[in-house]
Parts: sequence; C-alpha cells; structure tokens
Amino acid sequence: MIRAVDTSELVADQQAEASPPREIRVRVLRQDAPGEESYWARFTIPYEPNMNVISVLQRIAALAKSHDGRRVAPVAWDCSCLEEVCGSCTMLINGRVRMACSSLVDNLFTESPGEIELRPMTKFPVVRDLCVDRGRLFRSLERVKAWVPVDDSYDHGPGPRISPEEQEDAYPLATCISCGCCMEACPQFNKIELSRREGEADEAFEARKQEAYDKQFLGPHAISQAMLFNGHPTGKMNADERMESLTGQGGIQMCGNAQNCVAVCPKRIPLTRSIARAGRAATVWAIKKFFDR
Amino acid sequence: MKFRAFPADAVILASGGCGLLYGRSTMSMICTGSAVSRAYQAGVKYANAEFIQVHPTAVPGADKLRLMSESARGEGGRVWVPRTPQDPRDPKDIPAADRYYFLEERYPQYGNLVPRDIATREIFDICTTDGLSVEKDRLCVYLDLTHIPRETLDRKLGGILEIYEKFQGVDPRDTPMKIFPAVHYSMGGLWVDYEKSASGGLVEGSPRNQQTNVPGLYAIGECDYQYHGANRLGANSLLSCIFSGLFCASGVIAGAARGGKEQGRLFTAAVKRQEDRHQAILSRPAGGDSNPYDIHGRLGDIMTRVATVVRRNDQLSQAYDEVCRLEDLWRHCSLSDTGNWTNQNVVFTKSLGDMFPIAKLILKGALLRDECRGAHYKPDFAMPGIEATDPAEQRAEAERWCDRFEANTRKWLKSTIGSHGADGHPVITYEDVDTSLLPPRPRLYGLVGGDVIEDVWRERQAMAAEPAAVGAAS
Repeated sequence: MIRAVDTSELVADQQAEASPPREIRVRVLRQDAPGEESYWARFTIPYEPNMNVISVLQRIAALAKSHDGRRVAPVAWDCSCLEEVCGSCTMLINGRVRMACSSLVDNLFTESPGEIELRPMTKFPVVRDLCVDRGRLFRSLERVKAWVPVDDSYDHGPGPRISPEEQEDAYPLATCISCGCCMEACPQFNKIELSRREGEADEAFEARKQEAYDKQFLGPHAISQAMLFNGHPTGKMNADERMESLTGQGGIQMCGNAQNCVAVCPKRIPLTRSIARAGRAATVWAIKKFFDR
Repeated sequence: MKFRAFPADAVILASGGCGLLYGRSTMSMICTGSAVSRAYQAGVKYANAEFIQVHPTAVPGADKLRLMSESARGEGGRVWVPRTPQDPRDPKDIPAADRYYFLEERYPQYGNLVPRDIATREIFDICTTDGLSVEKDRLCVYLDLTHIPRETLDRKLGGILEIYEKFQGVDPRDTPMKIFPAVHYSMGGLWVDYEKSASGGLVEGSPRNQQTNVPGLYAIGECDYQYHGANRLGANSLLSCIFSGLFCASGVIAGAARGGKEQGRLFTAAVKRQEDRHQAILSRPAGGDSNPYDIHGRLGDIMTRVATVVRRNDQLSQAYDEVCRLEDLWRHCSLSDTGNWTNQNVVFTKSLGDMFPIAKLILKGALLRDECRGAHYKPDFAMPGIEATDPAEQRAEAERWCDRFEANTRKWLKSTIGSHGADGHPVITYEDVDTSLLPPRPRLYGLVGGDVIEDVWRERQAMAAEPAAVGAAS
C-alpha cells in the first residue's frame, strides 16, 4: 500500500531548469520488510558526469541522509557485475523496467531533468526497498528443465557438433541474464506474494510458495529457455518433458501476445520468436499426444 | 539475519578475486576477498599477494572500470593525451600538434601495440607522474578510433564499441574513448598444495590437490595462488578455473572418504561467536564521523596509488601505516543501519574489515620483494639494458647482466607465503618454486641489447648441457 504523497512538490520540481544540473534529486519507493507499508523517501546528491543509477545509489548509501538532512538507513538494492551480465539490478527507473547499471543519469535527465524515480519491480514480492524475491523466476526455469541434464562427471568424449547456423540461432537465447524485465512488463504475469505462517519452517514455506507459483504463468523467459534447450542436440532428448510443462498449468496458453517482453529485454532476445516457435511446438505436441493415446 | 553453521567433510572456497580493495576495478561488487581473508585470519596461508594484474585498457566509470578489449588498439586505435595538462577543449578541437601520442613517440618500433604491461605502465605514468590525465578528478587517457572509417569499425569492433556506448553514452566512432588501466586479477591467493608424481606432474585423485594448509579446506579458481605465478596470461583465468575445479573434485571425494570426528560443539561455539560479533557491530554508537563507505574509498585510493602498476618502497611503507590507521578508524566507524533485516550496511562493514588483512599482505609482500617480476614492477630495482655500442663491451655487459639475472633468480624466484600474525601483521616467508621441468630464462622483450643477452644466455645453457651429453656419448 502506498501512502498519499504531496503532489504539489513534485510538479514544482518538474518545472526546474533544464541547463546542466548541479544536483540530482532522487525519490525512492522504500519498504522496510515484506508486507510492510511502502513510503516515498527523497534524496539529493551532487551531480557528477557519467553517473549511472548504481553510482547514484552508492552515493546515497554513503550519505545516509534524506534530502531534509535526517539520518536514514541506506537504500537496499541488489547488484553485482554492473555490466548487464548478472541480471541482479533490475528496477523501475522513471516508470520503466530496466537495469540500474546501464541506466545513465544524463540519459534519464532527457526524460525528466534533474529528478530520478526508483521503484522496485511490481511483479515480485519486495524483500526490502529495491530488493525483490525472484524465487518464482527460477522456479519457472525448473518447471521447464532449462538445462541439459548430465548424469555424471565421467568423460563422455567430444560433444555433438552444432552448425554455425544453429549456433547463430541459439546464441541470442543463451544471453538471458534472468533479470526479470520481461516478467515485469508482461500483463499475464502477476505478483504472487505469500506470508509466512506463525512458526512455519523455511522448507514448508518454500514448498507452499512453489505450489502457488506452479499454478501460474511461467513467464516469457522460461518459454524461451525451453526452446533453447529443445534445440540443443542433447537437450532435445528431454523435449517431451519441457513440452508437458509448456502445455500444462501456467503454460504457453496464458501468453496473450502483448509483445511487451521483447520490447524491454536488455539483451534484445527475440522472445516473441521463441514464443511463436513454442506455440507451434505445443500444437504439434498436443496432436501427437492425442494420437499416442 | 540469521547465522547458520554448515558442518561438512570438506569445504571448497571459490570466491574469486579481491578487486574491491582497490575501490574501483573491473571486478564485481562481490569480489571483496572477504572469504579468503577470514580463512587467512584463521590460520590459512596466503601466497603471492603482491602480484596484482592491471589491465591496460579499461573504461573508467563512476561505479567501476569496464574492460575495453585490446583489439581496439589492434585495429589501429591511437592512444594520446593533450600536451596541455587537462586541456579543457573538446578532443575533436585539439589539433595534432597539441596531442601527445606518447606510446608512438616513446616506442617508435611498436607504437600503440607495445606489450600489455608496458602499455599499462606508460599510461599510468603519464597520468600520475607526468600529470597529463585528460580529466583532473578521474585519471584517463584517450583511445582514439575516430580516424578509422565507420564501416570498418562496425564490421570489426562492433561489439566492444556497443559496450562503450551503452555505459558511457557517447559513440566512440565520433568521440575518442577515455580509458585507464584497471586492477583486473589477483594472481595471489590461498596457498594450496598438490601431490607430485614421479615424472613431476600431478597425482590425480590425491586429497592434497588444491588443499590449503588446513586439511579439508580447499581453494580453487582466482582465490588460490596457483598457475599464474607473477603474471597471468590472457584467457588463463579460465584455465585455472577449469583445471583447479576439475582436479579438486576427485581429491575431495577421496579425502572425505577417510572420515573424521563429529565436532558439533565447535560449530555451535563458532555460530555464537559470530552472533556476538554481529551484535557488537550493530551496537556501536551512532552518528560518528567516519562511515564505512568513506573508509573504503580512502583504502581504494591508497592501494590504487601505491600498489598497482609501479611500486616504490617509500610509498609502500607509508601506505602500510595509513592502512593500519584506516583499520583503526574502521574499528570505530558507525553504521547507518542497525536493523536486522536485509542490512547491507553491516554486511559491507564486515567485508571492509576483512579487506585490511589482505591489503597489508599485498603491501608488505610488495615492500619486501626488491626486484621486478611479472606484474610486480619496482623501477628502483629494474635491470636496465645494454648501454655500450662497442661489441666487446656489449658482450661484457651482457655477461654481467646474465650473472645478475641468475643471482636474482636464486634469490627471488620463490613464492611469497603470508601467515596472519597474532598482532594482526603478516609474517612473510618464502618457498622455492619447482623449476625442474622448465628452467627459467630472461624476459627480454623490448630491452635494449636484448639480442646480445639472448646470445650469451643461449651459450650458457648449451655449456651447461654439454657435460651430460659427453657422458651419454661415451
């Protein structure tokens, strides 16, 4: 729940001058713990050229004071590689889902001069401030067995050959960094948030969450990963299991073809191409199953 | 936040490098060296700390430095700085006469394609010693591709140029890139063992492989000290990661099969210790002057200034004292978040505390090692080339050079072994390196008179091999 905010202040800020800024005003939608109320916090830091949202958050952490001089705890956020490879720093920046590391302040200022708004993703439960729980994202990858199973560590000899054409086709799908942007943008993917019951053990809570996730939409990323591994010479030996998941509860039938996913993917993965292929594969699969009965 | 113990038959550390000690590097935010520091503080030996690789071309950013591939120079990129320090003009408006193409002028034969460590040292010197950095606050030089046709750039360097544009917001086809050397890899790390076979190789499946001096504790990948010695070759971090991982596994299984005693009490006590420490840190008085982020910034500045490309004993010694002072400050720095839920502030504070022992290892190791070897460069102890022009004199100088090289090898071709002293200072000893399979030889790249030295060296090797050949023949 968001408490009402004083909008007159926001409007005045937006009318500020567009010449080189001396400071960066940041408003962050904070939340102290799961299930708590969210609230806006405002910070002001000196402008430096070539900043990205990561460095903005770093300055805010070092400052540990809100814009009116009160001491506050630093804003919590996830990040690691800072190069769009780990997929950790996804958040809503000026209303659009993107990676904090590649969001440059100078570019953001062309959208709204002098001010940046940061919010956590809305499709995953908030853990604290900008940190969210992406367990459902990884559960979806488990549901479609998004890997090539290896039985052991013995030497199986050289792997199967893959043609350059197959490689060029598969490689873009392999660049997925599990950031969650596509799920944030997808209108069919809605937040599932469970509260821990009194005295509930970790394992029981986790099982309950997974049960809830398994009933709902897999998400665009999982459909694409299923297609990646169904196209792999060894991975395709498990294609049947992946097709079961893709046509089961929460499967591809839930995709509404909004095409938001491909528009926001930071790696520019052709998600809708994967989804189209998955759709065709699902049709073939359904017919095959019908005749195999 | 909870503390949990995970009792195990064996523990394998694969926690990567320690680039965060340097503030900004090419490493990820999780590369704090905290895990290996804890091991070191608990009695595990840490070796070759002073060997830190600095990559010549990285793109400085507000949050880190991002690697810029050397292929940019390979395709004709030119490195330069304005002759006027911090010339305020747009680089495109600076005429050629006002540009210092320092690599081309200082190394006419190799130009911009000098070897990595030479490029790193020159760029570093230009900015720190000569004060010619493009920007005052952020050290950097220009890597210019704007003279190369767009079609060529798109075809050959499209990928890396895209990275520059994405994170810097400017098109390197139109504007020269700003680059600077960056801390990139730590060759040193936890000392690990291996079992040597009769032929000098590795005994596969031995529990000693990749094991530290603590039985059952293993280290692999960048956090161990193996494979690269004083200088890692390109793409070889992949080698050490794959090799050490592969050959650690069979040994761990064999070692764990031997079994051990159940030590439940040890783990309960350890958890309690960490909980108490955690509470003590959270209970520090609030509102102090120093915060962990400031202290970290200052540590990074010191380490980058004295313990990267060029090392000087007076600077290293001074830095050691400063690092000790910073560690004191850290002991009393206040937290801005004393809560117990997703508290990134206290986690960062703890990992900062773990940086000081490693920093001291690096500084002390560098201070004691009076020579140049691989990434460790001390100009005061560099072996200069041949100055004479007369062939006989050149020959004599080369002989002396080889003598000095052999003496230096006997003294310094050893691994630096660091142990955590009770007073918090590292105790440094040295361990011989096994060169029985491949005898060491001089690295003469670019050295004046290197060809004469090479001749002398080859003759010496041939003479050394002769007695054995004569014996075999008769």
